[in-house]
Amino acid sequence: MTNYGIILEISRTHLLSRMKQTSIAALGVTFGVGMFITMISFMTGLNGLLDGLILNRTPHIHIYNEIEPSSIQPIERLADPADFQIIRSVKPKKGEVRIHNALPILSQLKRDARVKGVTPQVNANVFYLAGSIELNGIVTGINVMDEVELFNFGDYIVDGNPQDLAKNDRGILLGAGIAKKMSLKVGDRIQVSSINGGIVPLKIVGFFQSGLAEVDKVQSYVNLRTAQQLVGGGSNYISDLNVKLWDMELAPSMSKEISAQHDLTAIDINTANAQFDTGSFVRNLITYVVAITLLTVAGFGIYNILNMLIYEKMNDIAILKATGFSGRDVQQIFISQAMLIGLVGGVLGLLLGLALSVMIDGIPFDTPALPTISTYPINYDSTYYLIGIVFALVSTFLAGYLPSKRAERIDPVDIIRGQ
Amino acid sequence: MSLILEAKHINKHFREPVDFHVIKDVHLSVKRGEFVSIMGKSGCGKSTLLYILSTMDTDYTGELRLDDELLTGQTANRLAEVRNEKIGFVFQFHYLLPEFSVLQNVMLPARKLGRKSLEEIEHDAMEKLRLLGIDDQAHKKAYRISGGQKQRVAIARALINDPHIIMGDEPTGNLDSKNSDIVFNIFRELSHEKNLSLLVVTHDHDFAAKTDRLIEMEDGRIISG
Repeated sequence: MTNYGIILEISRTHLLSRMKQTSIAALGVTFGVGMFITMISFMTGLNGLLDGLILNRTPHIHIYNEIEPSSIQPIERLADPADFQIIRSVKPKKGEVRIHNALPILSQLKRDARVKGVTPQVNANVFYLAGSIELNGIVTGINVMDEVELFNFGDYIVDGNPQDLAKNDRGILLGAGIAKKMSLKVGDRIQVSSINGGIVPLKIVGFFQSGLAEVDKVQSYVNLRTAQQLVGGGSNYISDLNVKLWDMELAPSMSKEISAQHDLTAIDINTANAQFDTGSFVRNLITYVVAITLLTVAGFGIYNILNMLIYEKMNDIAILKATGFSGRDVQQIFISQAMLIGLVGGVLGLLLGLALSVMIDGIPFDTPALPTISTYPINYDSTYYLIGIVFALVSTFLAGYLPSKRAERIDPVDIIRGQ
Repeated sequence: MSLILEAKHINKHFREPVDFHVIKDVHLSVKRGEFVSIMGKSGCGKSTLLYILSTMDTDYTGELRLDDELLTGQTANRLAEVRNEKIGFVFQFHYLLPEFSVLQNVMLPARKLGRKSLEEIEHDAMEKLRLLGIDDQAHKKAYRISGGQKQRVAIARALINDPHIIMGDEPTGNLDSKNSDIVFNIFRELSHEKNLSLLVVTHDHDFAAKTDRLIEMEDGRIISG
C-alpha cells in the first residue's frame, strides 16, 4: 500500500526548498538534452540534404548497354575446352550504345508492380560551340516532366523552369558551368555540334546546376526527341533507362533480374552509392556518443546532489521510517526527486534544442553547390525529441538509484540514537 | 485489564566494537490505558529497549507482542505498517520535517496510512492541534515555532492515526519545566480520558514519579517495577 501523492509531495517540497541545487542539476540535464536535440536535428538534416543531393536523383536501377569485350570469344565456342588457346588484344565488338528493344522493355517495366516509374534517356556526346572554341560535353535527352516527378529534377534548375523545356523542342537547359565559361544567359542561342558533324542551334531556356562542379561543366539537358535527332536515331533510340522503385531495398535483386533477362547492364543504387549510408551512420553515431557523454556528466551531478541531500535529510528519513514509511517509500521519495529533475530538465532541454534548431534553421547558408538551399538544413523529426526525453529519464533514474538505495537502508535507530 | 504490549526474554548484544550484552533477559508488559515510565542511568539500555519495543530495532532475541500480534520475525514492511497504524512516537529531539508546515507534519502518518480522504485527515489534524492548544500555529513552517510547540506538534503527529500506544524517548528531556509540565499533563489526559497506553523513557524524576508505574533499569536488567 503506497500513497504516491504524499511521496511526490515530499520530494517536491525537498526539491523546492533547495531551489539552487535543484536548478543546477536540472540545468545539466537541460544542457545535455538540448545539445542532443540540436546536434541530431542538424546532423540528420545535413544527412538528408547530402543524401538528397545524390540519392534523390539517382535512379534506383540504372539500365544501359555497357560496351565491353565479349566474355566468350568465338574460338572458345569452337575449340575443345581442353585445348590451349591464347587470344591477344581482345577488343569490344562494334555495336550500338543504344538499348535494343528499348520501348518494349520500357513498357514492361512500367507495368511491373514494384516500379514507381521509369524514365528513358538518350545520352549524346557533343561539342558546345562558342566562337572559335569547342567545349566538349554531354547532352542528355529526357522527358523533363517525368524527371521532375520521379527524380526531383526541378530542384536543380536555377533559372527558368521545366515547362519551358517541355514546351520547346529546340530548347536546352544548359549546365551552369558551361554558361559561365561562355558567358551566356537565358534566352541566348547556342550551337551544339554532334559527333556525326551536324550542327544544331538551340535556345537556352534555363540553367541546370547539380551542385557537383565537374558535372555542371559538361552536362546539359534537352528533350528526348532533340537528343534522338542529335545522335541521328529514331524515336526508338534510347541509351539509358532509369527506374525508380516503391521500395529501394528491392533494387539489388531486381537489377540482377533485369540484367539476366535482357542481357543489359543494370546497376542498383546500393552498389553505386554505398558510401552514403556509411557517412550517415558515422555522423549519427558521433551525435549519440556526444549526447550520452553530456547526459552522463549531468547524471554524475545529480548523483552528487542527491547524495548530499540524503545526508542533509537523515533526520527526515529517520522520522519518516519511525512513523511507518517503509524503506521502499523512502527510496521512492529520492528516486522521484531524481526523475523530477530529469523530467523538468529534459522538457526544458527539448525546448532549448528546438529553439537552437530554429535558430540554426534561420542562419543563411548560401552555397553554389546547393542551389535549392538558402539556410542550414534542420530535421524536426519528433522521434528524436522522444529519444531525448527517454535519455533524460533513464540517466536520471540511474543517477538517483544508488543514493536512493542508500536512503532505503538507513537505520532510523542509528540516527535517533546519534543525536 | 488486557495487555497491549508484552515482551518476553528480550536479549540484545552490541557486537561493535566488542561484544556487549546490553539487554539481559527483560520481561515487560503494558496494560491498556496504563501510563508507564522507564528510568535508569545513562547507558543502562533503556533507550535500546524502547527501540526494540517500538519495532524499529529488530536485532534482538526474545518475543515481542503488540495487541496480541507477534512482531518478532515480521518483515520490515509489516513492521513499518504496524508503527504507522498502532504506535505513536515522541522523541527528545522533535523530529519534524522542517520544510513542511505544522499541519502537513501532523497529517503525514495519516496520509501514509491512506484510510481517510485528504479533507478528513486535515480535519483530524486540526482537531489534534486544537487538543494540544497549538492550532493557531498550523500553517507555519515547522522550523519557525518554539521547542515546546514543536514537541506538542510531535505529540499531535503521534496521535493522528489513533494509535494503541504512545512511546516517548525522553519527550521532555529538552524542555524547560513549564513546557515539561504541559507535555506531562497532555499525556496524563490522554491516558485517563482516551484510555491510551503510554511508555515513556525519561531522566526526569518528577515526571516519572507522577506516572502509573515506574520501571527502573540498571545494567540491562529491570530492577524494579
